[in-house]
Amino acid sequence: MTSEQLAWKIRRHGVEMTHLSGGSHIGAVMSVADIIGVLYADILKFDVNNPKSDNRDRFILSKGHAGAAIYAALAECGFFDTEELKTHYRNGSRLSGHVSHHVPGVDFSTGSLGHGLSAAAGMALAAKQDGKSHKSYVVLGDGECNEGSVWEAALFAVHFGLDNLVCIVDHNKMQSLDFCDKTLSTTPLKGIWESFGWNVVDINGNDHEQLRNALSGIKANNKPTVIIANTVKGKGIPYMENDILWHYRFPHDGWEYDQAVSELHKTKPEGVTDPYTPDGIQNPEMPDEKEIHLDNTMSATYKPTWFRKEQQQ
Amino acid sequence: MRDTFFKTLTELADENKNIEVVTGDLGFGVLKPFWEAHPDQMINAGIAEQNLTSVAAGMALEGKTVFTYSIGNFPTLRCLEQIRNDCAYHNANVKVICVGGGFVYGSLGMSHHATEDIAVMRSLPNVTVLCPGDLVEAEAVTRAIAKYPGTCYVRLGRGGEKRIHESLPDFRIGKAIPVSEGEKVAIFSTGAIFEEVEIAQETLKENGITPTVYTFPTVKPIDKEVITKIAATHELIVTCEEHNLSGGFGSAVAEVLAELPSHARLLRIGMNDEYSTLVGDQKYLRDQYGMSGEKIAQRILLEVK
Repeated sequence: MTSEQLAWKIRRHGVEMTHLSGGSHIGAVMSVADIIGVLYADILKFDVNNPKSDNRDRFILSKGHAGAAIYAALAECGFFDTEELKTHYRNGSRLSGHVSHHVPGVDFSTGSLGHGLSAAAGMALAAKQDGKSHKSYVVLGDGECNEGSVWEAALFAVHFGLDNLVCIVDHNKMQSLDFCDKTLSTTPLKGIWESFGWNVVDINGNDHEQLRNALSGIKANNKPTVIIANTVKGKGIPYMENDILWHYRFPHDGWEYDQAVSELHKTKPEGVTDPYTPDGIQNPEMPDEKEIHLDNTMSATYKPTWFRKEQQQ
Repeated sequence: MRDTFFKTLTELADENKNIEVVTGDLGFGVLKPFWEAHPDQMINAGIAEQNLTSVAAGMALEGKTVFTYSIGNFPTLRCLEQIRNDCAYHNANVKVICVGGGFVYGSLGMSHHATEDIAVMRSLPNVTVLCPGDLVEAEAVTRAIAKYPGTCYVRLGRGGEKRIHESLPDFRIGKAIPVSEGEKVAIFSTGAIFEEVEIAQETLKENGITPTVYTFPTVKPIDKEVITKIAATHELIVTCEEHNLSGGFGSAVAEVLAELPSHARLLRIGMNDEYSTLVGDQKYLRDQYGMSGEKIAQRILLEVK
């Protein structure tokens, strides 16, 4: 499967999984789908028949709330049946909302932000000590970079020369309630990582060619590498793009689901079959234009009097 | 106790090249012999306990036996979620080592007094909690946890603790150790507070009371067998810990007692659900907060009158 096909499948599964479960974080699944697609199709070394094989690359999705994307990728790669994806969030399922290591192919459970980079650094350090050649990959959110532990790990990885550690920041510029810059700004993200001493590669994180180039050109120069993957939250479903509503809201029955599927079908790559709605949606419901593209950010209505006006802008 | 721990660990690291020590920039002097003997098995992760603990989890999942090291509350409370999610939940082979249980760093103030650590660590599934009471227990604990696969918490005293046991060839995680046999009153002690229990024991003897004494180097899993046996044969069980009464060792004993149909009365000695605000050394603070040998004896005498 090509990375483009896998990324499309991740998006399609993501819509179905959140739709069926009422689960959150579809916006994050959409923004990270291309990163995960390229990683699993072209970059990561793994063996589906031996998920714990010692020479596999290690992978941690530190922004564990986008777990649906990992589950979809693992199922598409053959770690378990894609049918199981429908059990996401369900009673008795293995597929918790945040990533669980009880699922085949998952190296590390996450869900609390700011843990993954440290754990991946520990794995990379152990590999260095034991003379092993695999790499540790970790995907962080940009909102996650609010966590102080991320920067403890950033110092650590540079200090110990972990050039077998690759961090990808899914830089979709939004977090839970608002844009990152209106929450706890980490701009300029690239400059901050550079100042910590990392190799920094700044790319369009929804562009597979750029992702492939960045991920296959990791320098072995005694420094860890961070790829700032500039993405769009909700990417692939225009009505969700850059709308904070879709951090938590799931596509409901009616126009939300119909349009999500219909939009995805417009960009469906050759050779991919939609496992849920193979022919798309016939006569999809349409949204009321007044219902979409609203500003749902906190700063749209939150105006504290003590905060200087110029800071609010 | 701290020196014994590292001396033992240095020996163990000779044989087991998978042993790693990750320190949070603490252990001046005490760690030197270890890092000189095993430079490839020692990492100073800097003053960053959250990262340190997750790094340890990552290394452990790659097959290492990782000892994280710091003092007071830094290796536990500062990085509690990292211990919970990354170490314990993954059953990672991480041994969290704290030097300075209770009032070891007395004069340094409340920030350095570990007085809730047992309770907090005891509440985490998959975490074994150990508080050695003397050098012999410290060595036995170190050897036992190095072989035990899984997350452990070890609370050490700093040094100078009196020897309790001659040797412990049969040491087992989860087993209390008999120190002396008596009647009616039994004292259960965990960690370095034992030296105060020993003083209390003398005063009690002068007053005609010969207590049965056990040390509990393991707080979790607690030795239910010994508690059940003593609860049936004694009138009063006294627990001693240099720790808050809420959720600690005494609570662990109380949980076992409460589920028995009938049992000895329980008297718990420890911090009375408060923070230390006084300035002074370990001995002084123990006395001020009712845990010195004399205060322990007085409290027991009051109870048996």
